[in-house]
Amino acid sequence: MALLTRTAGALHRRPRLRLALLLTAPLLWLAVLYLGSLSVLFVSAFWTTNSFTSEVVKVWSTDNFHELFTTPVYREVILRSVGVALAVTALCAVIAFPLAFYTARVARPRWRPLLVVAILTPLWASYLVKVYAWRLILSEGGLADWMLRPFGLGGPGFGLPAAVLTLTYLWLPYMILPIHTALEQLPAGLLDASADLGARSWRTFRSVVLPMVLPSVAAGSIFTFSLSLGDYITVQIVGGKTQLIGNLVYSNIELNLPMAAALGTVPVVVIVLYLLAMRRTGALSSL
Amino acid sequence: MRLTRTLHLAAATALLLAATACGSGSGGSSSTGLNPPDLKPLSKLGKSEGQVNLIAWAGYVENGSDDPKVDWVTPFEKQTGCKVNSKVAASSDEMVKLMKTGEYDAVSASGDASLRLIASGDAAPVNTKLVPNYKDVFSGLKNGAWNSVKGQMYGIPHGRGANLLMYNTQKVTPAPTSWAAVFDDAAKYKGHVTAYDSPIYIADAALYLKSTRPELKIKDPYALDQKQFDAAVSLLKKQNASIGEYWSDYLKEISAFKSGDSVVGTTWQVIANLAAGEGAKVKAFVPKEGSTGWSDTWMIYSKAKHPDCAYQWMNWIVSPKVNAQVAEYFGEAPANSKACELTSDKNFCTTFHAADEDYWKNIAFWNTPIEQCLDGRTDVKCVPYAKWVQAWTEIKG
Repeated sequence: MALLTRTAGALHRRPRLRLALLLTAPLLWLAVLYLGSLSVLFVSAFWTTNSFTSEVVKVWSTDNFHELFTTPVYREVILRSVGVALAVTALCAVIAFPLAFYTARVARPRWRPLLVVAILTPLWASYLVKVYAWRLILSEGGLADWMLRPFGLGGPGFGLPAAVLTLTYLWLPYMILPIHTALEQLPAGLLDASADLGARSWRTFRSVVLPMVLPSVAAGSIFTFSLSLGDYITVQIVGGKTQLIGNLVYSNIELNLPMAAALGTVPVVVIVLYLLAMRRTGALSSL
Repeated sequence: MRLTRTLHLAAATALLLAATACGSGSGGSSSTGLNPPDLKPLSKLGKSEGQVNLIAWAGYVENGSDDPKVDWVTPFEKQTGCKVNSKVAASSDEMVKLMKTGEYDAVSASGDASLRLIASGDAAPVNTKLVPNYKDVFSGLKNGAWNSVKGQMYGIPHGRGANLLMYNTQKVTPAPTSWAAVFDDAAKYKGHVTAYDSPIYIADAALYLKSTRPELKIKDPYALDQKQFDAAVSLLKKQNASIGEYWSDYLKEISAFKSGDSVVGTTWQVIANLAAGEGAKVKAFVPKEGSTGWSDTWMIYSKAKHPDCAYQWMNWIVSPKVNAQVAEYFGEAPANSKACELTSDKNFCTTFHAADEDYWKNIAFWNTPIEQCLDGRTDVKCVPYAKWVQAWTEIKG
């Protein structure tokens, strides 16, 4: 007991020691498990493989990065992946905004929690089940074909549009939730004031609502963007012959681990750049 | 300790990056060719070690846990006292990698893995005298280019299958007779053509070019010089425009043929049977140009800790009854000629052409392409597998 009191006293007198003890474990976790694995990934990207046995040869070379930047197919796939991630993010934002506006401000207050639960329900189902469901919807003669036939159209079939559509469906809740929260917290007084000053609803939306909700849209976009950029299973199931950066990593991992590592650093860099860009909108503080 | 080492490495990396900028270092790529290390096969069996560690394709080592009726491991364990620990591998490349860990005694390697294992000295030559059931193995499977070197067997054949051309009988008319259906005439079914998603599929294009463009002088679809290889790759790039999707998961191909998303493309017998069983209007056959195929071989690790049990396993898996069971469960032609009398479906061996050696003569079994041309040419260098992998990425675009 005396020891305990003495320790407590010592800790109270030395705030730095207190902080160090408190932070050591989580910081070690971050440094070793997270940054450690990232740096191992980066380092192994500079090794090569034996072309016959596929064994990793620990000889330093920048060949993999040189290849990454000079081979047209890698450039195309990287651009395509970033394009998909941006398209999914844009689609999610466009769909999520009106939905969140309804759930947060239009619907009756007692329905709101139920609506939020409804938005979250798809997250309870397995990722694979949802993607395979989309495979059935989009397949020849499937639900998409059947619904579009009266208009003389057909479904998109498997391919890049199907992959974008499915990814949008998968990550939509991650976009709706932050926007819903932001809209919910919007003080009603601001909207009243805007109306009192003679602004119509569009003007109020543009000058009051949008600027206040934009950081949340950006926060949601961090989820949708990074999740889409890293995905390789959806595109395998509904993407037809499309390859994204994840598929390239996957196909290289057995035979050419260093090349897979080099390819794997690309999304890391892209995400870091995206986070830096989003930080300027204040998104990171509204996460 | 490891962290500091990583940090040192990271620092070294940064320095190296700064120093070499864009220079290209020398890769460690040197083809070993096919001069395997001088290893001696086991001369006689010793005492059972009590266990054996296997790497296998899904469905090859079944102990009743997937399906209580499918079990040939438990009787083996009872009879020999060797406990079986098995690890399922999803690809030939994974098998090669797992064998290198040294923790396994034997592997069911396909032809595109077996040569790599032989050349690297991971697979030991096999004394076939210690495997009594070897004598009943079909002669077409003995001393193949994919499982032996200079007359020395490096494993015990397990079974084989061909890559077939499958088509939807309602949508593809007239019925195709040639691989042209997925190459030169593929545009007719644009968006509904399928192909096997693996670099080894380049050999299928080479096999087609072998008969349609004789001036390329392709002898063996796994031994392609740069010019022949480029022709195959450009054919596949053209095919890509008509591809709906590539398949590697067989369930995905079944669903695509059932729905009509795919109407023509490569397949395996087992997939064709399953798809037809589920009501898809499909037919599968070997086109007139012949076909590629796979032949699996049980190989033993050169430094196996349990060689005696591994030999007993190899003998067990090709014994008539068990070979019939595994062939029927997986959907392939058994290796043991006596297995055909013991299958539950009496037509099984006919369906899978088990005894039809003429059928197999038209099949080019999967093999690992290496720099040293497999067809015996010495005046040119052939394109090694690593380049096939790279080309496959480019073909898919």
